[in-house]
Parts: sequence; structure tokens; C-alpha cells
Amino acid sequence: MTSSESTDVLVIGSGFGGAITAYHLAAGGARVVVLERGPWLSGEEFEHDFKFGSSSTRVFDFVIGDGMSVLSGNCVGGGSVVYFAAMPRAPRFVFDRQGRFGHRMWPGTISRDTLEPWYDRVAEALPVTQTGWDTVPFSGGLFGAACDHAGRTANPVPVALDQAKCTNCNWMMAGCRFDAKRSLLLNYLPAALAHGAQIRPLHEVQHLSRTDDGGYRVHYTVLDEVDYRVEVDSGTIDAKIVVIAAGAGATPVILKRSEPTLGPMPHAVGRYFSGNGERLNTAIFDEGRIREVLGLSRPDGVPYEAYQIGKGPCVANWDKLDGSLPEYERYSLEQLYFPPGFGTILAQVPDAVGPTWFGAEKKELLRTWQSWLTVFTMSEDDNEGEFGALPPSGNAVRLSQQMLARGSLRYQPTENTLRGWALSDAEVRDILERDGLSRVMPWTNDVVGAYTVHPLASCRIGDNPDTSALDDRHELRDHPGIFVTDGSAVPAGLTVNPAMTIAALAERAVPGIVAAARERGVPVRYGAPAPDGATSGRAAVLPLVRGTVQR
Amino acid sequence: MVLEAYADTILPGQKRWPGDRAVAGVSPDGGAVAAGALLTLRSEEGGMAPALDTLADRLDEHAQEYAAETGLDLDPTVPAFVSLDYPDRIRLVQRLTDPTHPEREAWTGLAMFSVIAFDAAAHSHTEEALAAGHVGLNIIGFRRPGPDGLWRFDTYSYGRQLARPHPDTTPSGSPA
Repeated sequence: MTSSESTDVLVIGSGFGGAITAYHLAAGGARVVVLERGPWLSGEEFEHDFKFGSSSTRVFDFVIGDGMSVLSGNCVGGGSVVYFAAMPRAPRFVFDRQGRFGHRMWPGTISRDTLEPWYDRVAEALPVTQTGWDTVPFSGGLFGAACDHAGRTANPVPVALDQAKCTNCNWMMAGCRFDAKRSLLLNYLPAALAHGAQIRPLHEVQHLSRTDDGGYRVHYTVLDEVDYRVEVDSGTIDAKIVVIAAGAGATPVILKRSEPTLGPMPHAVGRYFSGNGERLNTAIFDEGRIREVLGLSRPDGVPYEAYQIGKGPCVANWDKLDGSLPEYERYSLEQLYFPPGFGTILAQVPDAVGPTWFGAEKKELLRTWQSWLTVFTMSEDDNEGEFGALPPSGNAVRLSQQMLARGSLRYQPTENTLRGWALSDAEVRDILERDGLSRVMPWTNDVVGAYTVHPLASCRIGDNPDTSALDDRHELRDHPGIFVTDGSAVPAGLTVNPAMTIAALAERAVPGIVAAARERGVPVRYGAPAPDGATSGRAAVLPLVRGTVQR
Repeated sequence: MVLEAYADTILPGQKRWPGDRAVAGVSPDGGAVAAGALLTLRSEEGGMAPALDTLADRLDEHAQEYAAETGLDLDPTVPAFVSLDYPDRIRLVQRLTDPTHPEREAWTGLAMFSVIAFDAAAHSHTEEALAAGHVGLNIIGFRRPGPDGLWRFDTYSYGRQLARPHPDTTPSGSPA
């Protein structure tokens, strides 16, 4: 194939890892092209509609693996479009985790303290603010009140959300119709475009090869905008630098498919996948007990019946984010809304006589849907996921026109992971079943395996080349000029929502990518302000990155 | 008919007419079938349509094996799975969707589509399904949108502090 196109920097994926790097490199003067395999939707294109083929199935990927299913974004803006905008920073102990190999998983150069200035950059850019109790929806209030009743604490979480614009419609997971959610569509991506970056949706990268001048050739196919199973075109782009940010479920697949042309990948590519230790419990509340035990009622006198109302996770319990606890026993609990469909099938009937996830009793459980409360555990798993045989294209075999696919991820939870889940299940039950408030059951793993919305660590950073694919600057070992900046670079589960940390790591990686581009003759400098022109974050990090700074 | 019986096993409903054999009638109102499970399964977007005939045949084979194994007499005038009564349908579906069953992905897939038809009306625009009285959305109590087809909740918060924050919280609201 003859290449007809070239750029300085080719970015694969437009989620946090791709959008942030694309913005800074474009603002610094590099020619940047972003290839995104999903569609490009915004504003009024985000429908309030569950119909197959509406925006909600266009922007999601649900990949069923062996023992683990992964729900992730598939659109311009990536995970930022389909997430609930919870943006806590990771607890301090996370960066000291050792995992099953008994050595520090994070690079020695990264700690909560050293990452703080980069977190600040993200907080300024989106921006991120703490939810106030006056805007916590009924479900978050109920969770907080139950925690308090059980002698626990509860925190409103930091979010990337414009509360004044939010209508509490609870369609947030399928994009934000009202532009209240501060996704990348509203900050880094338009700023990257303003600096000349190109974003090409429905471009699915398949593999990389080398060019004669020491750069890389990126091979892509163009997907049909309705049926993603159909390829309508293909092509290549040459680049001096490649930034891979396709997500933890796709980045290692692209790299493994590139082995015949690039040579062997580091051992850790496609290994050590973490589902962020995620686990869901559904509580079925007794409305009368909510009033009697917790003293809660809505302005109309109804105690709760408000599962549908709100804006995703707003209140979290951090009592078990205690660094003095043993590894694998630390976790957070977060109130969460999950829309009908895949969320409801996995909910189990407490005390069922027959099957727990289907049948007559399950139907009866659905009658109480408005009295449900979902609690989301994020714990320390054992990085036990591993990718198997490569699919013919993309990262999975797509079963439906959109959304549903079968992947090669294998995940058999270890005793460590199972113990963490059991401890958190017991904690949820102790809090929410107290004094007859509710009955609680975890989602079943029997239908589609365990389940994560925060895939991590399949191409991780680290100091040990045996267990990490990237050095501490996010450069792929033995393949100079290829950087990985998405969730796959995060070495292990974070015990909290990971978007803030993925974004901060991407911010932190930019100066190193700029330096590598300059070494390859690209006239690019580091030093752009936040996308809206704010400069506080930049002022704090510039002393850390002398040498690549824009004068 | 076989796939209707399968969907009805996942989320059961009332018989649509006297003598309805596919729907077992073990629930007092509409189940997955009335909610449009077959329309969802057959939808072009869903991708299941090409496999449905094969799945229906395979399900009948499993039902025949199950009947032979358990000594049940099947009614030859209807497909084997339809001939099973509800408790036997449940037992067979439990077997087919067990994590150790080699075909479990196909059977859990059918179950997923049955559920998504019931509580999300995935074959229809949500606003239209609600306006038409979609049984599943009604049963879960899914609220109707405003006149412009969008959802807004002006009243959404208890509006007061309901718990003490964790002492190790930063001023910006993160774990310290």
C-alpha cells in the first residue's frame, strides 16, 4: 500500500488520553491527526432514547469476554462522553501498591504528591468541582443517610459537571443533551481543533508498521456509520510520533496485531488487565423504613422512589480507603444509577426460591425498580486479566450493528480479588440492610462474567520491564516514538473512579512526548494554558518541565 | 413460538388468549413477549436475527433431551420447549445458561435481549413506547418525559447534609 498522507503526531483515540495529548501537541505547533473509531456526536444528537440505533448504542462498546465484560466509550470524546463525571484523585496508598509480584507497581517517580500538579491542570481545564449536598440527588442522599445511620461517613464526590445546566434527567451515561457534563467535547477537543488538529471519526486503527525514516505508518479502516461491522474504506497515515489512547480494551490489541511488522512487544502488553476491582450491588429499599428509620421524604411526601432521578454517582463512602489496611482489603463504595437494560438483567433477587436473575421472581423485583439503589465497589483486584487470540479486526468481534461485541479478554478472579469483593459485599449489606432498610444482592457474574466500566492496566507503566510495557514517560519499551496514554497505562486498580488519574497522567506525559517529537525534528514546544486560557495549572507545572517549555 | 416461550421464561407474562401455549401465564400482566422481545430479537440492529431459526431448533433439541432424561411426555402438536411446563422451562434455561454450559453465550444472549425488550423497549423509541403503554416500562415505573420528549426533574434533592464527610478529605473533595 502506498502512503499518501503524513503528519507529525498521530493520536489513536480521543478519550482523556488522546484528547489531552492532542490538544497540547497541536497548541505547541505540531501537526496532529486524531483517529477515533466511534462516531462524532454532540449536544442535541445525544438522544433520550433506549432504541437500538439511537445515540446510546452508537457511543458505547459492550465487549463480552471470558469471565469479564467491559463497558466503554466508542465515540469522539471516548470515556468522557459516557461516564458519570466523577473525578476524585486517587488515594495516597494506591501509588505504593505492590500487587502479586511484591514490588512497587507504579514508577518510583510517580506518587500522589508528584501527580498533584497534573491533577490540578485537569481540575482547572474541565473544570472539576465538589458536589454540594444541596445538589445531591435523592439516591445520593439516601445512600449518605444510610451510611450515617450505620456510623459511617459519606462524601459528595468531585465531578466535572455544570450543576446549573444539569436537569437531573439521568440520561448522563449516554452523553449529555444539555452540555452540563464537562466532557472532552467542551474543552480539550475544541481547543485542539482551534489549533489545527484534525479529528476523524469512524476510523478504526488496525496495526502499525515502520517507515524508512524511523517513524511509523498507521493502518486504519473506515467503518460504516450505522453498522460498525461493515468496513467502507481503508488507508494509512505516516507519523513521526504515535500516541495510542484507544482504551485498555483496545490498545494492547492494536499493539499485538502490530508484532509482525514492528517486532515483539514487551511481555506486559495485553497482560495484567485490571477491572478496577469493580462490583455492583443492588439494594431494594423498603419505602416505609426509609421514612421511619432515616426520616427522609421528598417534598411530595414520598420517602424515595427516585432511582430514575439524578445524575450518576454523587455520594461515596471512603471509610475503607485506609492505607493502614492490608492490600486487597481497601475499597470505596459509591452510589450509582444504572439505566434499564444490561443493568437490570444482572440484578439478583434477594432470597429467591428459584433462579435469581430471571424468572417470575425477577419480574416482581422489577416492579420495585424506582426503589432500587445501586452501590458500586471499586477495590484492589489482582491484575489477572489477559488478552487472548487477536480478532480479525478491531478489538473484538462485533455481534450487533453497534455496541455488542465478543472479545478475547480472559479474567478469572484470584482469591485476593474475591476476598475484596466479599468484604465489600458484606460492608454494603451491613450498611443498607440495617434496621430493615433494604435487601441487598450483588450483581451476578454468571451471565457475562464480572463487569467493569473502568478497564485499566493492559499496557502499564512501571520501572520493572518484566511487568510493565511502558517506561515512566509512557514510551513503549523497545519501540521509541510510540507512547500510550490511556487507562491501559495505569498500573493497577485505583479504588476510586480512574478518569481523573488517567487525565492527570496524560497531562504529565505531554512534556516527554514533546521532547521526543522535537528529537525527530518536529517544531513543537510545551506550555499551552488550559483549553479556556486559564494559566494557574500551567504556572505550577512549568518549573517541572524545563527544556521543552514554550518561550 | 419457541423463542416466545424462551422469552416468557426469562420474564413471564399473562397468556395473550385462552390456549396461548408459548406464554405460560404465570404472571398477572405482560412479560417479555408482550413487551416486544421478538421484535427486539428480530431487529436489524440487534444482529441476532440470522441465528434465530437455528437457536429455536437447538432449543427444541435440548427440550427433547431434557424430556427424555426426566421421563416427561411431550405434546407432539407443539414444539418441544413449548410443551414443557413453566418449572421445567426454568430448569432447562438454568442448565443452558450455567457458566459451564458450552452454549451458554447463545442462551444468555437471548435472555439479555428479552430483558432489554422488557425494561428498555429497545425495538421502539422510548417516548413512543411510553405513550403506547409499553408494559415493561410501565411495570418498572419509568417516568414519562416532558412535552419535548426530554426528561427533566426540577425536584431532585433532599437538599440537606445527610452524613459527615470522611475526615481525610481534601478541600477540593478528594481522598486526602
